[in-house]
Amino acid sequence: MSEATVPKLELGRVGESLPRVDGIPKVTGEFAYSSDLQAAGMLWGHTVRSPHAHARVGTIDISAAVGMPGVHAVLTHEDIPGEKRYGLEFQDQPVLAYERVRYFGEPVALVAAEHPEQARRAAERIRVEYEPLEPLVDPERATEAEPLHPDRPTMGHGYRDDPRPNIVRSLVIRQGDPAAEGDVAVSGVYEIGIQDQAFLGPESGLAVPDGEGGVDVYVATQWLHVDRDQVAPCLNLKPEQVRIHLAGVGGAFGGREDLSMQIHGALLALHTNRPVKIVYNREESFVGHIHRHPAKIWAEHRASRDGRLVNVRVRILLDGGAYASSSTAVTSNAASFAVGPYAVDNALIESTCVYTNNPPCGAMRGFGAVQVCFAHEAQMDKLAEALDIDPIELRLLNALGPGGSLPTGQTITGTLPVADVIRRAAALDVPEAEELPRDPMRLPGGSGNTTRGEGVRRGVGFAVGFKNIGYSEGFDDYTAARVQLHADGSATVHCAAAEVGQGVANVILQVARTELGVRDVALAPHTTATVDSAGSASASRMTWMVSGAVRDACRAALEEWDKKGRSLEVDVERIYRHPRTTPLDPETGQVTGERAHVAYACAAMRVVAEVDVELGLTRVVWIGTAQDVGHAVNPQAVQGQIEGGTAQGLGLALMEEIQTRDGLITNASFTDYLIPTTLDMPPVVSELIEEAEPDAPYGVKGVGEPPTVVSTPAVVAALRAATGRELSRVPVRPDDIVGL
Amino acid sequence: MLALSFSLCRKELAVGQVSITVNGAEHILELEPRELLVYVLRERLGLTGTNVGCDTSSCGACTVLLDGESVKSCTLLGVQVDGHEITTIEGLATNGTMHPVQEAFHEQHGLQCGYCTPGFIMAAVSLLDETPNPSEEEIRHALEGNLCRCTGYQNIVRAVQAAAGVEV
Repeated sequence: MSEATVPKLELGRVGESLPRVDGIPKVTGEFAYSSDLQAAGMLWGHTVRSPHAHARVGTIDISAAVGMPGVHAVLTHEDIPGEKRYGLEFQDQPVLAYERVRYFGEPVALVAAEHPEQARRAAERIRVEYEPLEPLVDPERATEAEPLHPDRPTMGHGYRDDPRPNIVRSLVIRQGDPAAEGDVAVSGVYEIGIQDQAFLGPESGLAVPDGEGGVDVYVATQWLHVDRDQVAPCLNLKPEQVRIHLAGVGGAFGGREDLSMQIHGALLALHTNRPVKIVYNREESFVGHIHRHPAKIWAEHRASRDGRLVNVRVRILLDGGAYASSSTAVTSNAASFAVGPYAVDNALIESTCVYTNNPPCGAMRGFGAVQVCFAHEAQMDKLAEALDIDPIELRLLNALGPGGSLPTGQTITGTLPVADVIRRAAALDVPEAEELPRDPMRLPGGSGNTTRGEGVRRGVGFAVGFKNIGYSEGFDDYTAARVQLHADGSATVHCAAAEVGQGVANVILQVARTELGVRDVALAPHTTATVDSAGSASASRMTWMVSGAVRDACRAALEEWDKKGRSLEVDVERIYRHPRTTPLDPETGQVTGERAHVAYACAAMRVVAEVDVELGLTRVVWIGTAQDVGHAVNPQAVQGQIEGGTAQGLGLALMEEIQTRDGLITNASFTDYLIPTTLDMPPVVSELIEEAEPDAPYGVKGVGEPPTVVSTPAVVAALRAATGRELSRVPVRPDDIVGL
Repeated sequence: MLALSFSLCRKELAVGQVSITVNGAEHILELEPRELLVYVLRERLGLTGTNVGCDTSSCGACTVLLDGESVKSCTLLGVQVDGHEITTIEGLATNGTMHPVQEAFHEQHGLQCGYCTPGFIMAAVSLLDETPNPSEEEIRHALEGNLCRCTGYQNIVRAVQAAAGVEV
């Protein structure tokens, strides 16, 4: 296993655009992704998965597979030495199915063999007796159906007690007078399809038995310590007997927050006493991780004649799929941000997530805020039209800011420059319309050569949105960092923060260099073995949390070093916590302490699109955005996050959706699930609004999610402006544009 | 199009001996006809810089050079490249000096997770070989067959422009 540390730095403190510290190994091909790992005597694991979305599982006959050439192990739920269920937040998911399968692709059995092809062939010989059951695939009927989880795993955790079957969580936020009338009312029903994270590097990892009953798992993940805490009980091991080490990660975007091969690989490794590698292919990846929740949102906005919001009423239905994952937090986020970054005195918001037999859903960039932003921004445009007020003026008139409060009653205590991002994005120069006729490559449809531009219309759209930074509702969210000062003046930093491509390795080193004032800082491998948890690479939290932890550990190390007469080696670990949050009241959805969310970040975006209204083809011409980023630790990396995050929102607006039929995924490949290419995604003009966040180290904020939140509604607003159609569902299909 | 020999696909030859020059070194390999070039590179030769992203020739993460021209190595069988020259990401640097396209991707922040990066770099090297001064549009068209999920492509395009000597 590689013990390599990243190359030593020549420059780079907080605020500088230091090139990625893993950049050189990544451009030379030396960087070891989890799929590249090798170990002596290594076997290949393979997962047998359910072909049904819902079925009773009878006998599993492994006899034909066991004796096949090269096969070393065939395991079912009967071979699990510890807990048979696991889960990111609730233990509702079988490690290997028993009694029932609840979604298409659910793991049922495991094989380890000398060669991956042998493992696959043995897997084909396993006979599983299924009795297919009617799949529950309509989330609107979920509460009338037989319960998929009769033991109600998410109840009893301080949430509202909702007795209906198949409720993952339901939350009601009531503020002011929910019956308050305005002069004008607009309403709409909005739908969001299932989006996939579609990271480029499929799930993979290597589990290595340690010879003493424990196991080391080298894996592409987002949250090392919580992986460990889920793996160990299923293996009947103590947490310290399971060590999770971060292997090179090929993108994550929320899709690696839940486990994939970790327990399976470890089971096979301990069973065979050999290292076992598991690599998913793309098809398996589509069923092997959770997705963004599809949603249906009913919204009604009431406003006074002069354009002030009086009352916002929103009902949100999220399809959580077969298992809970992080759905309870997504439910709460969707509710918290349902109104958007606007001030309103009266609100009634119901947010419900249900279990179904559809693909399980959980974390994806934007986490609940994406779905509701699509709805609230469409509503604001409708309201602007009804009131005959400029849509940007209407947004400015209602913009939330410091001192204002959310429908949960939480006052904004930190920075939230909503009006500023709106003004700055609106002030960006939109390019002139390109003349016709022109090269067909520069028309919607491009190389399809479908038009000379006769049916092409141009539209400009605008959207603003916001999202929380960090974990909410009383979660004890912390990050540890350990700093070693060496006798030669160099330093080593240990931190288990997952570098998933977002650039947190640079943040760690830039903070350490700033605090220690030395250039020679090395980053130790990210692992559970040498340092406490860093928490998850999610919720736009890592920059803030790691900055706090590394800063505190560096300062403590220097203090210690001074005490020891500046000669001896120093080794200290410190834990950083952000300001404490408290739960929402289960009955009213109101805050029970100062805050339920730690802080917020907002963004506004303007999009120019051309649409062929006869053929339903689109071309996004230009995107400009202004984003509230706090103090940018690495401006170049911040811009990269904005550009990439925008592309994912554009994908949801125009093309990305997991298709299902009776719960079965029908487009599990990159030929059928499309993501934006170089020709779909224009350059993004981005303005960074750098207001120091008072509660955060160095005044930083998270930056990864706001662009994904605002780009979907901004792109669709441009399409609406071009077509005059309502376009209330994403992704927008050619049929929707043409009106079929 | 590349004219390639399919002579080894005859049924009686379950395993064929092929000679492939990879990054300047000749390799004589016993290959089964069904083995894809990408797995020959990764599993047989240990050149794991070439990544597998999709299995359906959609993503371009496995792009390499075949006789100097970019090709997705999951679309070729190992036996098809008998007698040909392959360049992978590991073969781009000369005497420890990175290729200008590698330098540019690093300096222009043309990558985040980096999984697609070797494929993009190889595609860009092939483009610049044929079109030394491409316009932004030509770059975008040339790289359309490679997917990146992290960057939004802006800095990838910028990196190719920088490597071509355009002020960015």
